[in-house]
Amino acid sequence: MLFAQAAEAAGITDTGLAAIGYGLGAIGPGIGIGYLVGQAVQAMARQPEAAGMVRTTMFLGIAFVEALALIGFVVFFLSQG
Amino acid sequence: MILGLEFPPLGHLVAWPTFFGDDTLGVNKVVLIYLFAVLLTMAVFILGNKKRLVPTGMQNIAETAVEFVEDSIIRQTMGTKGLSWTPFMLSLFFFIFFCNIFSVIPIIQMPATARIALPLFLAVLTWVLFNVAGIKEHGPIGYLKHALFPPGVPKALYLLVVPIEFVSTFLVRPFSLMVRLFANMLAGHILLVTFAVLSAALWTPKAYAIVLPLPVIAVIFFTAFEILVAFLQAYVFTLLAAVYIDSATSHEH
Repeated sequence: MLFAQAAEAAGITDTGLAAIGYGLGAIGPGIGIGYLVGQAVQAMARQPEAAGMVRTTMFLGIAFVEALALIGFVVFFLSQG
Repeated sequence: MILGLEFPPLGHLVAWPTFFGDDTLGVNKVVLIYLFAVLLTMAVFILGNKKRLVPTGMQNIAETAVEFVEDSIIRQTMGTKGLSWTPFMLSLFFFIFFCNIFSVIPIIQMPATARIALPLFLAVLTWVLFNVAGIKEHGPIGYLKHALFPPGVPKALYLLVVPIEFVSTFLVRPFSLMVRLFANMLAGHILLVTFAVLSAALWTPKAYAIVLPLPVIAVIFFTAFEILVAFLQAYVFTLLAAVYIDSATSHEH
């Protein structure tokens, strides 16, 4: 309640809040995908013969991590009404 | 907004007027793209069906695609026993890819998967398939036990593990499959629209038109990027379908 009043006083709209929310939601997956791909590249460089397996697993991991950012994206649209 | 730029409301980017039929079963641009994608998928199967020793043309492309789906999707996740799933995986991959690739084809420029209906249907189809495959393999009771009770967990922890497994297997899986495909294609579509609108707005004799090359380069770059995304999302969807079917039918864990 207090928060809503403060937001209204500061002129923050639902769209603005949703955009900030999406930005916050993208931080975690950003770090996650960066770390994941970095480790995968390291694994492929150390063992090129396992590259195919590492690549498949990497894409799987990316797909799972990325879902979080995409849910943030969808929530952004839902909040626009 | 900036420079008097009029950005279309987000709902308008993916809404199309109905050509014929009523609201529920009407045919609009997106439905025509579905039909076209189905025809293209069938064409790949029919044209790739010729069995010449030295492949040419369409057979070449079809054989490369079959090899790709078999080697980098099925063998990597399900092993050789999953090769009987090749026709399903192949049609899934091609159908999603053709629906996605229309986002960059001139004049059409609308990914059919940016409307939630198709990702929803494909996710539900995958959900039904992996459950049916699991029930066929283990029987109804055996399948529930296989899906909800991972071995090697202390007895008391099952109170915590079973609800988590239930939510993640039966609810989160189809939801994330759907949202991943839908949101990726919608985001790409909006990105392209944004830079195209910006380029169009900068096509003026005023002084600030000097920055026009920037959004034009961005449109070209993101169009190339969208081709990659169209392929990648089809790949990831098929890969996850294979992983889910494998985890439902496997015996070791």
